[in-house]
Amino acid sequence: MSRYELRFSGAGGQGLITAGIIMAKAASIYEGKQAVQSQSYGPEARGGASKSEVIISDGPIDYPKITQCDALLAMTQEAANKYSHDLKEGGVLLIDSDLVTKIPAGNFKTVAFPIINTAKNDVGREIVANIVALGAMVALTGQVTRENAEKAVLSSVPEAFIELNRKAFSMGYERALAASV
Amino acid sequence: MSKKVAFLQGNEAAAQGALYAGCNFFGGYPITPSTEVAEVMSVELPKVGGKFIQMEDEIGAMAAILGAALAGSKVLTSTSGPGLSLKQELIGYGCIAEIPCVVYNVMRGGPSTGMPTGPSQSDVMCAKWGTHGDHPAICLVPASVQETYEEVIRAFNLSEKYRTPVMVMPDEIVAHMRERIVFPEPGEIEVLPRKSPTVPPEQYKPYDTSFGDVPPLASFGSGYKFHVTGLNKMQDGFPTTKAEVVQAEEERQVRKVDANADDIITFEEYMLEDAEVVVVAYGSTSRSARYAVNVAREQGIKAGMFRIKTFWPFPDKQIKALAGKVKGFVIPEMNLGMCSIELERCAQGKAPVLGIFRVDGEPINPDQIVEKIKEVK
Repeated sequence: MSRYELRFSGAGGQGLITAGIIMAKAASIYEGKQAVQSQSYGPEARGGASKSEVIISDGPIDYPKITQCDALLAMTQEAANKYSHDLKEGGVLLIDSDLVTKIPAGNFKTVAFPIINTAKNDVGREIVANIVALGAMVALTGQVTRENAEKAVLSSVPEAFIELNRKAFSMGYERALAASV
Repeated sequence: MSKKVAFLQGNEAAAQGALYAGCNFFGGYPITPSTEVAEVMSVELPKVGGKFIQMEDEIGAMAAILGAALAGSKVLTSTSGPGLSLKQELIGYGCIAEIPCVVYNVMRGGPSTGMPTGPSQSDVMCAKWGTHGDHPAICLVPASVQETYEEVIRAFNLSEKYRTPVMVMPDEIVAHMRERIVFPEPGEIEVLPRKSPTVPPEQYKPYDTSFGDVPPLASFGSGYKFHVTGLNKMQDGFPTTKAEVVQAEEERQVRKVDANADDIITFEEYMLEDAEVVVVAYGSTSRSARYAVNVAREQGIKAGMFRIKTFWPFPDKQIKALAGKVKGFVIPEMNLGMCSIELERCAQGKAPVLGIFRVDGEPINPDQIVEKIKEVK
């Protein structure tokens, strides 16, 4: 079966649920695959643990949650510790290298770069760190094309922020490729 | 022409389904994890000439929709567990006064404020027994975003057809999950209008059984005047304690749903033809169950799924028929065994009922169901 499972994890307020939604939208609306996005979060609006899960498949998707994760984004040390254990052998772990300093060990490929710092200093706004991360996840997972993912990003953000998000997405995509060689 | 598609959340789809069904009044009070319904309705209703009102609390919201329904509107409220508890007095009022309305309740952890962001399926009994007294109950339990859209439309139709409150109860997973949805064209899904009186105002009685078990309902403001009360009533709507009238009216109110169970009850049969173990599931849990059935089949176990789409009236007939044929039932549910009680009642000891009950805010995963399937001997 073609089932591919992604988890975007970190803290509330980092925009990870949005990143998951855009990934799933790219797959289901633009790529012609099927996708389900679900989420879980605590009662806190900011700061509590937050995760968004995306399942992508060529066929109908029954169970909407992670069974064995193919690709994990961890934007906090807590998330990296908590979720790397069910990462598949040969899977991908993407971490923010400033925030996750104790890198979990396992039979998966780890890609690290300063995601939030890239958004803040290279793109110009910290708030688009989730789109930088999304660009990186698109590059590392290959589940949707760069073009389709970008379409999904641009159709999900307000008009005034299109260029900012385009830049964030590209930067994340490129950085991830550079960091994974 | 290709149909309109979108990537939506269950709650957003519910609001869109209500609009398709002609809902023109929403009264509510926001509560996690149902608030998105109110958000969408507050934006969309004014565009179609409808009214959105955020009330002071949940029972106020229930009162608002009952009043608006009596004035001819198609009405919706949305809430979650604690809000459902607060609405109960007036849900009973809607039942006895026979007022069409749709109550959309997202099931989260309970009792009381419980776990606001955690999924649950523990309100299914509340849908039938939450309000006191004998009364009809219809409760739909969708399992996908598309189905939530369609079941909300069906809920409006059933509420009009049977002149009674109808509940739609997705669990938090279905309500907050996002999937692709394909919108039907206008007219593609039937939308039932309210049965209006055919007699002039002076001859009109709001509970006139000469028109059958579901008498026509006039709209306030249209020239028809009638009395509405929560007391047991006569055909003209005024209170009575006359034994034979009260008995007949109570029986009719329950009968209008029970006698039409076949018209109301919907379900899905998955790999049941030769199934020896039947997983009975509803809502998001049925998605885990389908996965588990597929895994079990790969391992040579004859498993199947009976998916409940209409929780009330309960599919007694179907479960009774299965009980005589299978080795056992497995029931995974995010409560401590509510559907399980109904299954045991219907199985009448002919087949064992093995439950997987989870109330920790985590979904029931397919592995748990596969293990339980293997326990059926």
